[in-house]
Amino acid sequence: MTITQVPLVDYLVLGDKPHLTANECTKCGARYFDRRNACASCFATDFKKVTIVNDGIVRSFTIVTFAAPGVPVPFVAAIIDCGGTSVRGNLANVDPTPEKVTLGMKVKLTTYSLGADDNGLEAIGFGYEPA
Amino acid sequence: MATDDIYILGIYMTKFGKYPDKDTVDLASEAVIAALADAQVTMKDIGVMAAGCLMGQGGIGQMIQKQIGQTGIPVYNVSNACATGATALRTAIMAIKAGECDMGLAVGVEKLAGVGLLGGGGAPKSKNKEWTPSGRFGSVTNVDGLIGTAAMPGTFAQVGMEYGHKYGGATFELFAKISEKNHAHSTLNPLAAYSKRMSLDEIMNDIMISYPNTRPMCSANCDGAAAAVVVSGAKLKTLSLEQQRRAIKVSASILTSDPYQEACQVLPDVNTLTRIAAKQAYEQAGVSPSDLNLVELHDCFATAELVHYDNLMLCEEGGAVDFFNSGATWRDGSMPVNVSGGLESKGHPIAATGIANIWEVCHHLRGEAGPRQIEGAKVGLAHVIGLGSACGIHILEKSAL
Ligand SMILES: [Zn+2]
Repeated sequence: MTITQVPLVDYLVLGDKPHLTANECTKCGARYFDRRNACASCFATDFKKVTIVNDGIVRSFTIVTFAAPGVPVPFVAAIIDCGGTSVRGNLANVDPTPEKVTLGMKVKLTTYSLGADDNGLEAIGFGYEPA
Repeated sequence: MATDDIYILGIYMTKFGKYPDKDTVDLASEAVIAALADAQVTMKDIGVMAAGCLMGQGGIGQMIQKQIGQTGIPVYNVSNACATGATALRTAIMAIKAGECDMGLAVGVEKLAGVGLLGGGGAPKSKNKEWTPSGRFGSVTNVDGLIGTAAMPGTFAQVGMEYGHKYGGATFELFAKISEKNHAHSTLNPLAAYSKRMSLDEIMNDIMISYPNTRPMCSANCDGAAAAVVVSGAKLKTLSLEQQRRAIKVSASILTSDPYQEACQVLPDVNTLTRIAAKQAYEQAGVSPSDLNLVELHDCFATAELVHYDNLMLCEEGGAVDFFNSGATWRDGSMPVNVSGGLESKGHPIAATGIANIWEVCHHLRGEAGPRQIEGAKVGLAHVIGLGSACGIHILEKSAL
């Protein structure tokens, strides 16, 4: 079967139940979304893949109305606490206003299409929508 | 004065603002020449030089030497984000502490007028539209704006909002009131890039950059330079009484980086390294927060100033909102903060900032701050944060003479 979709980042796992994964330090449990040479917390070098839960709460956010060229505004950038692991992501399917977005609100992972490239490969991004 | 103490012998900041006809070397040279004159010494007396220009090409120290004096001394070109100036100063201090020389020079300079938004964005990864994973996250395109924000206003907005989530009370209006204070303070500072008083309404109704930071709640990009001459206590004893009288004791000079914290990979943690630096600084100086007569802290955004009240232990943990609402941080309050107008009005020419804030504190400790003098100031603290992160804290004390 040919691959027709690619995740925006490699820590987003697509399929029937899309979710995020992290590299967890086998010694201290610190989690990293990117590739690490050694653990920043305990300096160990062994990591295993773990699944991040899809539900979380908004621990911080900002509504970005002025961004670098090529970055569409407005959007809500947020820090989500997903079962004790902090995740960075945009909020989706919510009005980008301080009336609608609140600290502590419950959210869950959602995915969306970023469109296809010249070879017909579709990129899939993720965000968090009100739960 | 103890022989192993460190003193600021001379210090200077240019007016911050727009200098279309001057380059970074012009501005830095102006600051150095004036700092040397303030110290009543020449380049011949200087044994080490540290220089920073974050957006520059590198080699700024040697470029400046060609305009002020090439004496063959070691030059350290330093780069540490917004803490670059403090890092340069600390480098010169460390050389003196190490006994390599008895007098050093630090300078920071930046040209940022009209630069616009800092952080975030970037060119597409490839000209052809092709989703190819690359980098440590295996991302197929730039993720700024797709996975949160990498731009400074939004990053620091989230820093302030996170404090609100933890402790409550951190509303848009509260952050705007912090900005109102700093803009009010700036009216007394002739060297500030902007010195116009702004009402709370004007601040809240200005252009929203990244909620809750509107434009006047963001540090102002501008041009400027600042330089300082530091000297050992032993050397200072051999200098004139006038030099000794105006010398300012560096009671603490601390630089920290950000220790690992669970969430630091998704939102830079500007709190922990500041708390650690503050604790070390108070211990080194043998002073407590209540001994401080004024504080210049890194208000790169109004949302940042709030959290640093707490990080610098100017208030009890979790009490920054009540502390600000008490009026303590206004210039007539119990703990004046950013009487220079702060980065929101004075401006933030990045590498100059970490020396300019020390200039402000020295100016008060010397009793030379004119209409904005904090009367009887004896002890002050200067703080900077460079994202990534680095935190510089200096505690300064009036000469005992
Ligand atoms: Zn570990």
